[in-house]
Amino acid sequence: MDNVEANVLTTTYDKIFNWARRSAIWPMQFGLACCAIEMMAVLDPRHDMSRFGAEVFRASPRQSDLMIVAGTVTEKMAPIVRRLWDQMPDPKWAIAMGACATCGGPYRTYAVTQGVDRVIPVDVYVPGCPPRPEALLWGLLHLQRKIDRMTVAKQKAS
Amino acid sequence: MGETGAKPGHDTLFDVEEMELALGPQHPSTHGVLRINLKIDGERILDSYPIIGYLHRGTEKLFELHPFFQNVPHTDRIDYVAAATNNLAYVGAVEKLTGITVPPRASYIRTILCELQRISSHLLWLATHAIDVGAMTPFFYCFREREQVLDLFEEYCGARLTLNCMRPGGLPFDLPVGWTDRCSAFIDKFPAKVAEYEGLLTNNRIWKKRTVGIGVLSKEQVLQYGITGPMLRGSGVDFDLRKATPYEAYDEVDFDVPVFPNGDTYDRYLVRMEEMRQSARIVRQCLAKLPDGEVMAKRPRVLKANKGAEAYFGIEGPKGEIGFYIVGNGTPNPDRCRVRAPSFYNLQVVPELAKDHLLSDLVAIIGTTDIVLGEVDR
Repeated sequence: MDNVEANVLTTTYDKIFNWARRSAIWPMQFGLACCAIEMMAVLDPRHDMSRFGAEVFRASPRQSDLMIVAGTVTEKMAPIVRRLWDQMPDPKWAIAMGACATCGGPYRTYAVTQGVDRVIPVDVYVPGCPPRPEALLWGLLHLQRKIDRMTVAKQKAS
Repeated sequence: MGETGAKPGHDTLFDVEEMELALGPQHPSTHGVLRINLKIDGERILDSYPIIGYLHRGTEKLFELHPFFQNVPHTDRIDYVAAATNNLAYVGAVEKLTGITVPPRASYIRTILCELQRISSHLLWLATHAIDVGAMTPFFYCFREREQVLDLFEEYCGARLTLNCMRPGGLPFDLPVGWTDRCSAFIDKFPAKVAEYEGLLTNNRIWKKRTVGIGVLSKEQVLQYGITGPMLRGSGVDFDLRKATPYEAYDEVDFDVPVFPNGDTYDRYLVRMEEMRQSARIVRQCLAKLPDGEVMAKRPRVLKANKGAEAYFGIEGPKGEIGFYIVGNGTPNPDRCRVRAPSFYNLQVVPELAKDHLLSDLVAIIGTTDIVLGEVDR
């Protein structure tokens, strides 16, 4: 089976799949702290995330493709973040939004997980405290470029 | 009818039993990471227990590790939709502790920033509260104006949300050239926008059905629970720290404190809408009276508080009384810094409010308390 995967060209399939995946990323409606306010701001008329097809915030992890970890992940919240991540269907992506989700940010304390990448795999890190809405849009575009490099053939279930 | 779920006088359509349900910590309308464990009978809430601590970041401990000046950014992130009022409460407490007097121009600018912050916080509250009870359009309207407020903040201090715009002794910088013109242009337009939101909601039949008579708080209850802010004034108690113990420039401006008697979700909505108008009024007066001069008092580069010296300074934030209690220990760091966060006190009353309401009303009740979990858990 491995041999087949290595020898079959999937160029056009990849294009279609990646185009579909990139153009309709549904993020999970899941805010943790300050960054969630800026995450709401990307939906507003000025920044308008729907220009990039990612405005359909789903309340359930079962319907979402993208987890935007917007805010401080505490030790109490970390297992729940992991659980929500596990509940999301493949293919799925994660954006660590802001300093807290990236590395704990200003909170080097007993209560805060020093970066959400200790709990879930992260695709794009967006810097800022909190990042501007434009920065989150940058993160989304970056993720779209990343999705464009995906291929159906090599994908394995995580 | 189920054995346990049956209550006298309560019609049950189906044969249901008491059920325990966890709402949150990931739930679209718990405004962050609040978890509420509910005991429900069908859709009717019998009992609820809020579980907090999912956003406990150890902020109060962090205050002890930094000098007084470096603690201001941490106050931004306590109530992250109202950074300016948090800054003011903190620097006010430090000034009280170390005996610094703020120049009049700084006082006026602080008042302006706080009132703009109140407008922005209330707009965010209205946007989320309206979405929670099923009205989508106010979100876009409110964020349209909120962006303009944030632009003003950004022009002043470079940040949209976590402003870090005050220092013990005054302000880090004076207003940029032309800022007052842009601010007054916004303030002149703003009351018409509030009328626009009210046009969408105030007489809207669905909005009234979802809010009138929901989550009624009596005058006695609000006083017992130590509730402050719009929730207090929505229950007919005329108390506002801006009037009761005027700070900064509030005793030199003219404004009304809106009070509504019924104590339900609808009245609290009316209080906040009127507060936005009054905030615009305060900003306009402050801009007209803005004195010239320095924005920073003469103060030592390193502030030290005497051992055992203590100060509490509370102000009227958008959600209620936000206050800081600081104890000094002779070093540049505080010995202890306690935050009196209004959301924490306002959240306590949710079980009382939610009792005997439907599950969908709980969402309206959480919305009306206007909690920010960063402030509840700290």
